[in-house]
Amino acid sequence: MIIYGVALLAVSYLLGLVLGDGLGVLLGVKANVGGVGFSMLFLIYFTDRLAREGKFKPPSAAGVAFWSGMYLPVVVAMAAQQNVLGAIKGGPLALLAGTSGVALSFALIPLISRLGRPPPRAGEAATAKTQEAV
Amino acid sequence: MIDLLRDALVKNALVTSFAVVGAVMGLSYLISDRVTRGRLHGSAIAVFAGLVLAYVGGRMTGGKNGIADVTVFAGMGLLGGNMLRDFCIVATAYGASFADLRRSGLPVVVALFSGVTVSFICGVAVAAAFGYRDAVSLTTIGAGAVTYIVGPVTGAALGATSEVMALSIAAGLVKAILVMIATPVLAKSLGLDNPHTAMIYGGTMGTNSGVSAGLAATDPKLVPYGVMAATFYTGLGCLLGPSVLYLATRWIFPA
Repeated sequence: MIIYGVALLAVSYLLGLVLGDGLGVLLGVKANVGGVGFSMLFLIYFTDRLAREGKFKPPSAAGVAFWSGMYLPVVVAMAAQQNVLGAIKGGPLALLAGTSGVALSFALIPLISRLGRPPPRAGEAATAKTQEAV
Repeated sequence: MIDLLRDALVKNALVTSFAVVGAVMGLSYLISDRVTRGRLHGSAIAVFAGLVLAYVGGRMTGGKNGIADVTVFAGMGLLGGNMLRDFCIVATAYGASFADLRRSGLPVVVALFSGVTVSFICGVAVAAAFGYRDAVSLTTIGAGAVTYIVGPVTGAALGATSEVMALSIAAGLVKAILVMIATPVLAKSLGLDNPHTAMIYGGTMGTNSGVSAGLAATDPKLVPYGVMAATFYTGLGCLLGPSVLYLATRWIFPA
């Protein structure tokens, strides 16, 4: 049944958030630390395990797939309720502070991405070795 | 007649938002197809259209929640709120490869620390250039450049003024919006087409809304990887902001 998939997703979601909140309290941080990340790991673990036992049937998977497919529309709705006016009203200081950070962060991505790149296919092995040495 | 329609829309806010977002998506894909000939992906246009709606909503009501502050579109607040957003994000992890996630573990830690630090330093530098000299204000604005959640959390912990808090949140909003718009445009030159780079990207940029929308507009298959890494960014920022980063700032800008 579809609801089994949705319920499994809900349980994974809640477990992850509780874990993230707990970690926040433990670290003395007023924020959820990694909650959604943990939820994802729970979902991957549960679905993988149930699938191996043959208990995660296609209708259950459809329950998860539906919400996964709703992701983009939800993100569009999220974009539609951002405080865009507030960002613009922040003036040049906010604009510069936000923009410069984003620009530098983008520049960092290709550099960091070279660390621990997944094992390359045949032919690229030589360059990968030098990268590992770095 | 108009009143009847309006009543129905308001009473069934969430269902209304399904129809509204569906229309926005349909229009965006049409524009992508006809106007840009597929060069700009429909999802990227849809996210941008969302931001435009948010601006219009803000202009109409003067509120903080974009189009969701307009009564008829209140359902957008629920559909695009944290609960459903995170629920859908978790769902995207279904089918993600655990091996891919684990392989990128260490580089992601590097990405998280350098991402938070770099954004923070930029924020502090700009604030200093605008004449701020006290460590509390500098740290709060720097933390805002990390994310719009880290900013106010740090500011509240340090006792920043409300004017500085507002600037800090605005800096974070600029970041989130810019990441949403810039990611699909820059994706190719960043090599953002595989799980590994997506995780580095998520860890470096961090802003949850920015990363989730940016990746959705680039390649939905990469969403779980990027968000998985980004999910630790705000927590790390809230941890470092009022502590290590504040102390470092106070050391450079003594009272």
